[in-house]
Amino acid sequence: MNRAYELMFIVRPDMVEEEQDKLISTLETAVTSSGGKVRSVEKMGKRRLAYMVRRFHDGIYVLLTVEGGGGLIHELERRLRVTEPVIKFITVRIDEEQKRLDKIKAIRDAKRKTPPAPPAEPAGETAAVTA
Amino acid sequence: MAEESGATATVAVSSAGDRPAGGDRPSGGDRPSFGDRSDRGERRPPRPGGPGGREGGRKYFRRKKVCKFCVEKIEAINYKDVRLLAQFVAESGKIVPRRLTGVCTPHQRRLSSAIKQARNIALLPFAGRAS
Repeated sequence: MNRAYELMFIVRPDMVEEEQDKLISTLETAVTSSGGKVRSVEKMGKRRLAYMVRRFHDGIYVLLTVEGGGGLIHELERRLRVTEPVIKFITVRIDEEQKRLDKIKAIRDAKRKTPPAPPAEPAGETAAVTA
Repeated sequence: MAEESGATATVAVSSAGDRPAGGDRPSGGDRPSFGDRSDRGERRPPRPGGPGGREGGRKYFRRKKVCKFCVEKIEAINYKDVRLLAQFVAESGKIVPRRLTGVCTPHQRRLSSAIKQARNIALLPFAGRAS
């Protein structure tokens, strides 16, 4: 149960700082009570939305990275849906992608550590084979 | 409407929209010239031009384009970096096909799912200019 998720949600722009923090801490307690772990919380600030959402043109973006099972995300999304100031959210699973990136990085590092071996036979050998 | 023209077959539908195949029109025997737009459908020759302003899309010679992600070794295409994604989105908000941008297939697939995720979270518009 080591899935990592990224949950990004948009809060109405006229929300005050304390209420945002209160909402975030509510979500954090929900995460820890269901056995998950909060990796990071990032408030990305107010941004102009690309289209109007619930009659708002701007929104405050918050990015929450958690670790846990699928049920945890179900619970978090349910909470976000009923919370009135939250106008949009999206959850992305990132552990598979992270695994792929780590593998690529490991391959690249290994290639960089060992200098590339010189080719065993020059091209003349292969030309003799094909002739 | 379609039913009326079917019922009364002799009446030529002269309203704007579909015209019968040119032969009934008494507007003179001059054949429509090359640039004449009045005769839609049959006579227009296939034009090799692509969508306005972008290179490529010609019929014969296609300049060799390389995949930007393969060259710069960008592995992670995140929905969050709007500036990178906006390069592959047209003015109308549509995703640009890979034959115009030169992106390779696996990267195009990841790029397009990232763009769709960004659209869902209002970082990119579904239609219209990205402000």
